[in-house]
Amino acid sequence: MQLNPTILLIIALAPLVGAVVAGIFRSQVGRIGAHTVTIAGVALSCVLSFYVLYQLVWGGAESYNANLYTWFQVGGIDAHVGFLVDRLTAMMMVVVTFVSLMVHVYTIGYMAEDDGYQRFFSYIALFTFSMLMLVMSNNFLQLFFGWEAVGLVSYLLIGFWFKRPTAVFANMKAFIVNRVGDFGFLLGIAGVLYFFHTLDYATVFAHSEALSGKTLEIFSGNPWSAATVICICLFIGAMGKSAQVPLHVWLPDSMEGPTPISALIHAATMVTAGIFMVARMSPLFELSETALSFVLVIGATTAFFTGLIGIVQNDIKRVVAYSTLSQLGYMTAALGVSAYSAAVFHLMTHAFFKALLFLGAGSVIIAMHHEQDMRYMGGLRKYMPITFVTAWIGTLALTGMPGFAGFYSKDAIIEAVGESHRWGAGYAYLCVLLGVFVTAFYSFRLLYLTFHGKERFVVDHGHGHGHDDHGHHEPGHLAHDPHESPAVVTWPLMALAVPSIVIGALTVGSMLHGDYFGSAVRVAHEAGEGAHGEFVGWFQTMLEGFVGAPFILAFLGFALATYIYLFNPAIADKTKNALYPLWNMLDKKYWFDPIYQAVFARGSVVLGRGLWKGGDVGVIDNVLIDGSAAAVARTAGVVRWLQTGYLYTYAFAMILGLVFLLGGLWWVVGK
Amino acid sequence: MSFSIQDLQLILPEAFLLFAICAVIAVDLVIKPAQRDATHWLSIGVVVATLLLVIIDRSADARGFSGMFVHDAVARLLKVFILLVTIAVFVYARTYLKDRKLFVGEFHMLVLFAVLGMMLLVSAGSLVMIYVGLELLTLSSYALVALNRDSPLSSEAAMKYFVLGALASGILLYGMSMIYGATGTLDLQKIHAVASLAAGSSHQTLLAFGLVFLVAGIGFKFGAAPFHMWLPDVYQGSPTAVTTFIGSAPKIAAFGMAWRLLDGALGGLHPHWGEMLAVLAVLSLAIGNVVAIAQTNLKRMLAYSTISHVGFLLLGLANGTPSGYAAAMFYAIAYAIMSAAAFGSIQLLARAGFEAEEIDDFKGLNQRNPWYAFVVLLVMASLAGIPPLFGFFAKLLVLKAALDAGMLWLAIVAIVFAIVGAFYYLRVIKVMYFDPPETKDTLALPQDIPLRWVLSINGAALLFLGLFFGPLLSWCYRAMGAG
Repeated sequence: MQLNPTILLIIALAPLVGAVVAGIFRSQVGRIGAHTVTIAGVALSCVLSFYVLYQLVWGGAESYNANLYTWFQVGGIDAHVGFLVDRLTAMMMVVVTFVSLMVHVYTIGYMAEDDGYQRFFSYIALFTFSMLMLVMSNNFLQLFFGWEAVGLVSYLLIGFWFKRPTAVFANMKAFIVNRVGDFGFLLGIAGVLYFFHTLDYATVFAHSEALSGKTLEIFSGNPWSAATVICICLFIGAMGKSAQVPLHVWLPDSMEGPTPISALIHAATMVTAGIFMVARMSPLFELSETALSFVLVIGATTAFFTGLIGIVQNDIKRVVAYSTLSQLGYMTAALGVSAYSAAVFHLMTHAFFKALLFLGAGSVIIAMHHEQDMRYMGGLRKYMPITFVTAWIGTLALTGMPGFAGFYSKDAIIEAVGESHRWGAGYAYLCVLLGVFVTAFYSFRLLYLTFHGKERFVVDHGHGHGHDDHGHHEPGHLAHDPHESPAVVTWPLMALAVPSIVIGALTVGSMLHGDYFGSAVRVAHEAGEGAHGEFVGWFQTMLEGFVGAPFILAFLGFALATYIYLFNPAIADKTKNALYPLWNMLDKKYWFDPIYQAVFARGSVVLGRGLWKGGDVGVIDNVLIDGSAAAVARTAGVVRWLQTGYLYTYAFAMILGLVFLLGGLWWVVGK
Repeated sequence: MSFSIQDLQLILPEAFLLFAICAVIAVDLVIKPAQRDATHWLSIGVVVATLLLVIIDRSADARGFSGMFVHDAVARLLKVFILLVTIAVFVYARTYLKDRKLFVGEFHMLVLFAVLGMMLLVSAGSLVMIYVGLELLTLSSYALVALNRDSPLSSEAAMKYFVLGALASGILLYGMSMIYGATGTLDLQKIHAVASLAAGSSHQTLLAFGLVFLVAGIGFKFGAAPFHMWLPDVYQGSPTAVTTFIGSAPKIAAFGMAWRLLDGALGGLHPHWGEMLAVLAVLSLAIGNVVAIAQTNLKRMLAYSTISHVGFLLLGLANGTPSGYAAAMFYAIAYAIMSAAAFGSIQLLARAGFEAEEIDDFKGLNQRNPWYAFVVLLVMASLAGIPPLFGFFAKLLVLKAALDAGMLWLAIVAIVFAIVGAFYYLRVIKVMYFDPPETKDTLALPQDIPLRWVLSINGAALLFLGLFFGPLLSWCYRAMGAG
């Protein structure tokens, strides 16, 4: 049985139609029209994506791979627009469209007071389209276009409030850091084209073995394995998009954007594009142990060290952002030990519970009238019970509470890393294990600071209607009591809470231990998939989880956070003072930002100024432009002087020319 | 030597033109000066009729008059464009000449005779025919330059042109005589056969020296450096109507002559003449482009620009392959069309007592007449070789042919000088669009409807042929037998 290409086209194009209508005809359709049309488009995509998934998993449909449109054919290189839809793609499609749908609905409540309402809907629908094109692509070129398109929308949305200098700074930062990654990605794609002469996935993967043993001499005399170079280049692209150390600096700043996009783009979908890409390229990555070790070390480093930063953050969204970085690190580490299905599995569960956490944080922010500092929160549980409960669910899923979604995926990753013998696996195992403790600590810290304890804000009832004046109030002063968010906000929270609990238990059997992905991911040697064949059912796994090292570590984190933030808050400050150098290092985020500012940003400015003064003004303007102009003027002067106007001069020149030609010939013939 | 009726059929267009010229002379003698328009339109009619005769002639390639006259695809193609450009020349000239009281029958007679000379030149099958055609062209040109005999500048230009032209003819004839001495024949085809056989013999040296003289003669006709000195003075000194003529169609004919002589007769000596043409090309590119920058007189600037374009054309010829010849032919045609339009616009802006030949005369043209400013923009941009205009593809093809033939350094030199050259063309555009007009009065353009239309079409053709250069290009390639 074949998938229907028309359905696939509708899935991809329905959000685009919504985006175009909401974007171009925004004044005609109005607010209601804009959210109706985009939500209808995304909902249609979502329903059809579920249908496609159903067809592939239960309906016995084969993977779909065909070119739908030929863009150009030049010199033996074909550029197509085409779809490759297998189970990996279908899963991504479902995750993307489902989370996107939830975020669309949520946005109605979150952006209700914003002037850019239609623009926002247009952007997120456009994002959905771009992300679908990225995951559904059957060739590297379309992948790259989707990759850049989601990057563009991300850039537009981080700077959505373009009048805020911080938002503009953040979106420029995201853009520039992603250029670094995309440059590597483009080089990787160029490498694929160079060795395979095609950009089509199926052809490249079918002949991937041809790459082994090939070398690439970038610096003469140092042949490098072609597979390693290509895979590392491709992975540098993933590092930019999926915010891996040291290209992670843009993600925390991206929180300047509205919260719905933090949930959709900077947690659930776009940032996982790198993970998806590496999983999709598994036939290539399997060729290079070196590249996989590189991936492993980067991922493990990100998982642990960015998680640590989350402990000292006070902005509720930034804590979640650092948690996202850390979780992306987990996925990357899983890729590094060839546990592609574990990585993608975690990608899926993470998409649900992290979207839930972000949207929950957004709900809190609405209640606090756009106050994001947790130091001015506390005790919110009695004001917003739904947000409170769903945030707990999200946190339990994130920390890997046995039975919740995150437990199955994270445990699988830790187990796979622990069983790997790849270079760097020992270090990575330590990182991912300690990361569990850190994750639990900052997650419960967030919960306690926000929902439990004393109220650290003051409600100024006398202040009248200060509801709209975001940012103008003093920190911790609210005009009204905090209240539960409207239904369009709470319903998506509940809808996301369900998969955050059950999705892991439901799918762990087929995805991790069954043959869900089939040939979509390829593992050269079974070592990475350590869990294979030992699966004992989700319930048994859950029970065993309670005695595993990760759970104990998570529990320690939970216990410590509970003690400090629930019972003895004074300890937090004492510890901070006692461990001031460590705290300072974390607070300054390992000084990545100042170093990048000093070295790359200032370096670029200095280099630019040097090139401008020295190169442009000095060499080009003074020597080449003015110099050549002067030279031309001098030459012209000489030649004009020769052009005397006297006949004999002209005749003499002709004769001279003739003699010159004759002499030249004499010389040539004489030889 | 004998000829048959088939021979006459081969030269039907030329024969028609000759008799028609005689008829026009007769008509011109009997009409009153006020009716001179009759001569004008009659001349245009004659050219159009000749053009039709050339176009409808579908007969196979043949040689007539014992090989003196060659009828082939290249000749036909070149004739078509010589005649087309001549029509434009006539149309542009009418008002200009009338304003200067130069609207005399002699102008038309001389141009027509020159056209006849060019047609014979591009169809020449022997050295004699080349010389006859060339002299018919150049003698008419000398007289044309002197048309405004009361102008000292014009007379001086004519004198210089005549003396130097005579010198060049002498050089050319001397070369021909050496070639005759070496090969014992005047027939180009036979020369080719003998010259190929003669490799290594003592005749080879004689042949090679003859070749140098031929190249010098050809260089003079083209106006290639260092045989270019006559060109700026003649372009500037002649009435613009005459400059339009000698700056356009004869370049096509000169290409035909060069191709017949160098490839047709002395193709075996390509290693020698290829090098020489390359040297001439580089010199022309350098001198033409660099000196043009220093000019303030537009006609003089265009003269130096001609020299640089000749450099490009020679680059195409120099590589000695059919695709190189096709590219050079394409270039010659493109240049003739662009040049006609450029001088045509000067004539459009000229009035009685005002030549409009200084670059400053174009200041603020856009404010005064946007359409013609746009036409001049097209012309200048095309001359500079800016895509997607005709001139760009002409340059591109020549460069491609040069690269295919492995002449990398020549191509680089050509590109560098093309960039230098862009400066002075762009200056004209800048002056038209960004400088305020020097006079406040609105521009009184001549009420010459044909002039306006033909110039507009000529300008638009530069864009059209740039966008749809395929048919002309494949015609050139077919004619040269280059795939």
